[in-house]
Amino acid sequence: MSFTLHDYVLSGNCYKVRLLAQLLEVSYTINPVDFHPGKAHKSPSFLALNPHGTLPVLESGDTVLTDSAAMLVWIAQQHDKQHTWWPINDAECLAMTVQWLGFSSQLTESIGQLRLHTMLNRPADAETLRRQSIRHLRELENHLTEQSIRGQAFLCGKQPTVADIACFAYTALSPDAGLEHTLYPGIRGWLHRIRCLEGFLTMPGIYEAHETRNEHTAAS
Amino acid sequence: MNAALEHALQDWYPVAMVGELAPGECKHSKLLGVDITVLANHAGNATESTPTITVRADGAPVDVQQAFDHWWVCLGNKPRSLFTIEEASEADRRFVPCGVVRVACSPLRAVENFLDIAHFPFVHTGVLGAEPHTEVYKYDVKVDESVDEVIATNIKFYQPQAAKSAEGGIQTEYIYRVPAPMAAVLYKTCPLKPDALDVIALFVQPLDEQTCDVWPWMALYDDTSTQAELIQFQQLIFLQDRSILENQLPKKLPLDPGQEIPTKADYTSVAYRRWLKKRGAYYGALEVHP
Repeated sequence: MSFTLHDYVLSGNCYKVRLLAQLLEVSYTINPVDFHPGKAHKSPSFLALNPHGTLPVLESGDTVLTDSAAMLVWIAQQHDKQHTWWPINDAECLAMTVQWLGFSSQLTESIGQLRLHTMLNRPADAETLRRQSIRHLRELENHLTEQSIRGQAFLCGKQPTVADIACFAYTALSPDAGLEHTLYPGIRGWLHRIRCLEGFLTMPGIYEAHETRNEHTAAS
Repeated sequence: MNAALEHALQDWYPVAMVGELAPGECKHSKLLGVDITVLANHAGNATESTPTITVRADGAPVDVQQAFDHWWVCLGNKPRSLFTIEEASEADRRFVPCGVVRVACSPLRAVENFLDIAHFPFVHTGVLGAEPHTEVYKYDVKVDESVDEVIATNIKFYQPQAAKSAEGGIQTEYIYRVPAPMAAVLYKTCPLKPDALDVIALFVQPLDEQTCDVWPWMALYDDTSTQAELIQFQQLIFLQDRSILENQLPKKLPLDPGQEIPTKADYTSVAYRRWLKKRGAYYGALEVHP
């Protein structure tokens, strides 16, 4: 099913949906919402669509989704015939995927909020957010290091799942919030592997890997 | 007080968009290291659509004026006049204030990056530039003595998507103007109206020497895109620059030749740095070693 994405170009949560759609070659329509500076996501017409007043919103027929993790699951379940992105045939991997989707919403609350504060002057308790963000990055770093010892390149196994996409966005964008990746070699390797996926999509702050960039240039 | 700050205090800087704050609403900000508050006044009469503002620096009210959809403030006692943009009074243009973005970089580096063409294919890949179209062709730069502004002309660059309104790649022509140390205005081929030029400006509010709030503003011919589309196109571009700007070292802009080695493509930047030096506009610049 195709869909309309109510979108803000600088939102990490909106980017997750755009990225997975691109990786799975799903076509969709974008409706840009003036989040900044217009605060259009708090307008009466938008609140009628999504009472939470958050972005993104996915609309398809009568379906309206307001949580980006739910959108990733909705897209993967319909368009990934191999069932690797939403691994319904592997209990262990599926449970891990749900667990790391939960972690991704914590990243939104820490790094995501710190980024809005640092970049778009949104009021926040920056010191607390910074401490939480660093704790989250360390937790992710530890897990990815353990995964690499197990010979697993991604969060939940050898293949990327929707949880990798969900955690990728704000982790990759942490330098926007003043948190560089230098201290986290495990995270750097994992970010790089995701950037090298066939069909990868960029956003401001997240660039194409140099290697694939040269390939694409040669091909075009 | 140091001479760099004294010089910078006499210029005008944006602190809010017109209509950004509701009547009675107040925000805190900083300008040239000074804490400021911006308060939207209650309308004097019912016909006023947007409230005027009162700005206080360290508690004392300061001069305010409205221009280019923004409120401008000068903290100095010998204000220079605010530059003009003729196109701001052309009623058939779309005026697009794009909101504010904070960048941890020198205000001068933010302006200089805006003047650079060579980075388009690498930072704004697929939009303002694309490999292998990376060559910066020879162009002209001068200081227009009559208005004391840096002007770069005859710039041509291939762009895959020069504007929101562009359908496919075009050879875009550019003119750049630096009318004040912390403002830059560009004029570029309008995809929908090839005989006209779109105007895009970067107004920089220096919070201190290494942090700035950047207010992009556009005056376009485009009757198809929504305001949200136009704003997000510009934000896409500017936020691609932001991460690069925050990584530039040294943090302050070196004005002495030799501290950073320019190439032929950097003529505008060279002229900008010389012009800053000549004016004594050192706020956000590295100390000059004679």
